[in-house]
Amino acid sequence: MDNLLTISGSPHVHANESIKKIMYSVIYAMIPAMLVSFYFFGLDAVRVLAISVVACVLVEFLIQKYLIKGDLTINDGSAIITGVLLAFNVPSSLSTWIIIVGAIVSIGIAKMAFGGVGKNPFNPALVGRVFLLISFPVQMTTWPIAKPLFGNSTLDAVTGATFLGNLKDQVNNLEAGKVTVGQLIEKGLPQYNELGDIVGYQVTNYQDLLLGQMGGSLGEISVIALILGAIFMLAKKTITWQIPVAYLGSAFVFAGIFWLINPDVYINPLYHMIAGGLILGVFYMATDMVSSPMSVKGQIVFGIGCGVITMVIRFWGGYPEGVSFAILIMNAFAPVINRGFKPARFGKLKMV
Amino acid sequence: MEYIIIIIGTVLVSNIVLANFLGICPFLGVSGKLATATGMSGAVLFVMTVASIVTWLIQQYVLNPFGLGFLQTISFILVIASLVQVVEIILKKVSPPLYQALGVFLPLITTNCAILGVALLIIQKDFNLLQGTVYAIGNSLGFALALILFAGLREHLELMDVPKGMRGMPIALVVAGILSLAFMGFANLVKI
Repeated sequence: MDNLLTISGSPHVHANESIKKIMYSVIYAMIPAMLVSFYFFGLDAVRVLAISVVACVLVEFLIQKYLIKGDLTINDGSAIITGVLLAFNVPSSLSTWIIIVGAIVSIGIAKMAFGGVGKNPFNPALVGRVFLLISFPVQMTTWPIAKPLFGNSTLDAVTGATFLGNLKDQVNNLEAGKVTVGQLIEKGLPQYNELGDIVGYQVTNYQDLLLGQMGGSLGEISVIALILGAIFMLAKKTITWQIPVAYLGSAFVFAGIFWLINPDVYINPLYHMIAGGLILGVFYMATDMVSSPMSVKGQIVFGIGCGVITMVIRFWGGYPEGVSFAILIMNAFAPVINRGFKPARFGKLKMV
Repeated sequence: MEYIIIIIGTVLVSNIVLANFLGICPFLGVSGKLATATGMSGAVLFVMTVASIVTWLIQQYVLNPFGLGFLQTISFILVIASLVQVVEIILKKVSPPLYQALGVFLPLITTNCAILGVALLIIQKDFNLLQGTVYAIGNSLGFALALILFAGLREHLELMDVPKGMRGMPIALVVAGILSLAFMGFANLVKI
């Protein structure tokens, strides 16, 4: 059957691309962030990543083999990406069985129920993450503080909130005027234990935040490693620039406006760029080709929507972090956006 | 400001369909096509607002003064059902194009639990007439948002090769679940 000629009309343009190539270039792009997570969280990160990837591939294999009975697509790498992204979105202290539940939801419900790769309207890893966050809120928000693999840290498994979580704890104080952002940055964000006592202060200098010296989920901590991977993907044209630029730009402008209005209550937008999962979401999840709009204008609208919803949830929502919700909500908007921004047919004349 | 909070609260935070799970039957029933979904949203906006105003007046000026609170549910159902009929007859006479556009959805709204739910919630929350009206408009906008998003997704899925066992209603329910998960991100945005 391989020798049958493909017959099609012109133009006969061949791009040396396949699903497999695209997927693997995304996986390569995630390697720096993976290494950073191993460095900061040690063997726990290896465990979470391995279990997540193996569980995702296994669930996909079992469903394809026994339920759908179709062609096996586990070799194309899409299940591996979902596994890695799911691991990137959870804390390194998460129990094994919760990760497996997340993998089943990601692959089983958000991907294979729709027919597999290329058909899911929502990003599978994000569905898994949001499902876990809502089902296991305590486990999903207990963040081990980064403890370097080769460092001289004497503490064993300290937990604390993320930068944004600590910031959220201060929202009432900030709005009441008891404390200003300037004071918080100078002193560090207070970290509370279960009883509400201050147990430490979160560092607030850009350098540590950029390198990843903070509590957080596996993949979101080191902005530099994520951007390295993103440059690789942009260079290989695995992702296009429209969604990241629109997303980051709108989030920055939105946060910047409030910062300019009242710098005592709203933190410098640069912190919003480098803390939390924004960079991870912008380059690795919002750009998912399947669940984002097709046309350029549509992608820009999609990016702006993501940025604004993210900042709205961060500023006023109940959750400290809004990236995953924002992308899922805009995924739901994608079909409507696609309808609204259909490219003009070739040869179509302007209506007079 | 108070009214803006009510609108944000009803559209995003406690969306009538995605957070309160009211009005699920039209949500699943008429979401096959984007055009019909838009028509249904328009009809709901109209009926929900009028019905909320009328039921509020009945509660304040008939049920409360005469101590007939126990008749609330049944009187509201009667009012909504007859209101829909009246609206239908008037529309048919006054504006045939709108009547044509709404078509079968107008009578269908009689059985939409979201309408009764909103009318009862307005009484429960002790809103005044203007707040109640804004609340009803907000809820119908929330219904429209959910319905239009859902219809877009379902039209999109029509083109996909969904596994045989999941085609149609099962996958629609999965999508509805994920949509509801996504909207939980707005939790605690505002309180009403």
